[in-house]
Amino acid sequence: MKPIFMTYTKKDLINLAVCMVLSVLIIPTFIKTEYWYTSILIPWLCLALATIGQQIVMGYTGQLALGAAGFMAAGAFAMFNLILRVPDLGFVGSLIVSGLIAAAFGILFGLPSLKVRGIYLMVATLASQFFIIWMIDKFGWFKNYDSSGIITAQDIVILGKPFTTPLAMYFVCLAVTTILTLLAMNMARGSTGRNWMAVRDMDIAAESMGVSLLRTKVQAFAISAFYCGVAGALFAFCYLKSLEPVAFDIKLSFKILFMCILGGLGTINGAFIGAAFILLFPVLLNAIGNNVFHGAIDATIISSIEQVIFGLLMIVFMIYEPLGMAKLWENLKQSMKSKLSSSRIKGVKSPVLKK
Amino acid sequence: MAYERKFKIGKPILEVNNISLAFGGVKAITDTSFNVLEHEVRAIIGPNGAGKSSMLNCINGIYKPQQGTVSFRGQVVPNITPNIMAQMGLSRTFQNLALFKRMSVLDNILVGRKLHTKTNFLEVALQLPKVKKEEKLNRERSEEIISFLEIEDIKDTPVGKLPYGLQKKVELGRALATDSSIILLDEPMAGMNVEEKRDMCRFILKVNDELGTTMVLIEHDMGVVMDISDRVVVLDYGKVIGDGTPDEIMANQKVIDAYLGVEH
Repeated sequence: MKPIFMTYTKKDLINLAVCMVLSVLIIPTFIKTEYWYTSILIPWLCLALATIGQQIVMGYTGQLALGAAGFMAAGAFAMFNLILRVPDLGFVGSLIVSGLIAAAFGILFGLPSLKVRGIYLMVATLASQFFIIWMIDKFGWFKNYDSSGIITAQDIVILGKPFTTPLAMYFVCLAVTTILTLLAMNMARGSTGRNWMAVRDMDIAAESMGVSLLRTKVQAFAISAFYCGVAGALFAFCYLKSLEPVAFDIKLSFKILFMCILGGLGTINGAFIGAAFILLFPVLLNAIGNNVFHGAIDATIISSIEQVIFGLLMIVFMIYEPLGMAKLWENLKQSMKSKLSSSRIKGVKSPVLKK
Repeated sequence: MAYERKFKIGKPILEVNNISLAFGGVKAITDTSFNVLEHEVRAIIGPNGAGKSSMLNCINGIYKPQQGTVSFRGQVVPNITPNIMAQMGLSRTFQNLALFKRMSVLDNILVGRKLHTKTNFLEVALQLPKVKKEEKLNRERSEEIISFLEIEDIKDTPVGKLPYGLQKKVELGRALATDSSIILLDEPMAGMNVEEKRDMCRFILKVNDELGTTMVLIEHDMGVVMDISDRVVVLDYGKVIGDGTPDEIMANQKVIDAYLGVEH
């Protein structure tokens, strides 16, 4: 296949077109229930964006980091304060600056990656999770001295137009996610991504080729935190519609980590697949509980079953398919293709060898 | 050999001056000096544990020797790191293969183009025209190297799935992609069969001939070393015991003793 645009093949462009038609035309025409937007599509886009952030640092650069939710909190509260205190920036401006603020935290907490690696780095990056949440809780200024603990997020206004309906918010999330996903794919497939992966696969060799470990790792942490920050702001403003540090606790970090691993490390589409799976699986379990067992199983038990299954899946994937669901999808497509082509061969009458 | 070289052997490009390296109490290299002339093929040989790989790691900046210096084009290089040496025009391959296993052959070789890539991540993210232009040039150069090494059919395969001999070739390709003036090869022919070795020798000589790249190689196969190198330095127990042309080395009693053992 000849690349059209350097890094994009015709197939990629078709995939992109299909995704865009599906998300811009088909979904809004056929899905009218608010529940789908407010509880599934919007959080799916936000969390997929955060998972792309986690992918960049963990899947591509190979740095075990656990603190995505901390950066999301940084982005969300930065957004709140920017809209409150610097209204001139506007929604889009504030979103970008919140991402940059999160990126600054990313640089700070990415520095340990130069000295420690593996599980030790994971512990070091946990600091970001706890520090950012603590900082927001400790200093009232971040919450505008609100005593209730939960602040209502401001309405989204872009160019004077309010975006308050679920559908409008869905489009905001979709636009931001699409743009950032394309940028991430450009980086991942270009020289930037190659440097990340070189550091992941063999850092000494990467350094001998002139790849600076310091710059590459810090860059990956910063970009990752930028994505998480923007995702956090969208998560708070479009999904939660409120801001509280508790929403960005360690559980959310783990959730994003699971999305990243189940979706497939080192893939961008895996971020979307993983996020969809983790979000929809509890919904599915609940539906089974309600419709098959007619509520005979307690809701708390269902949520425990969910945890057990996630845990098992993580182990199974780590052993049998470390590249996650994106790879399974790829394999499925491959086997479909080979089945199609083999049936085509069967149709052709080939000369039979005779003695 | 009445053969006219396109690139005449010139002045010293790399000088190792009185290097000593120890790991704790174990001395790997003791007060070793030798030089490498521009455009030559220089072999480092010696029995196992003689300090050959450690020597390359000192030159490349992976190990920091306790004493001694490395000069590049007549200038002592202070604070050697692999990155600085790469920028000065020194590339290398590794003894135990240090490829990027999950990346394709083409991507591995493209990483070698890192120092010819000037665009930053933001420009890459936005796919500015200059990024596309640069990427195109880098890809063209990488494809050239791939066809030079005759590995076109595997260029999209992840290197982790390739057999050892091919991986060694890819590693040479990655070093070539840097367009360095000097390449260090750490046992480029280890574990290869006769045919693969012959191929590898051909590539090394061809690169040296056509591009004038200075080659420093560690090799155990004496036949190969004596055939392709201009000069040989012999290390034993971290010390130089012989330095000269292949003929001189073959006649050197100390070298013969080190290799065949000597009655005490």
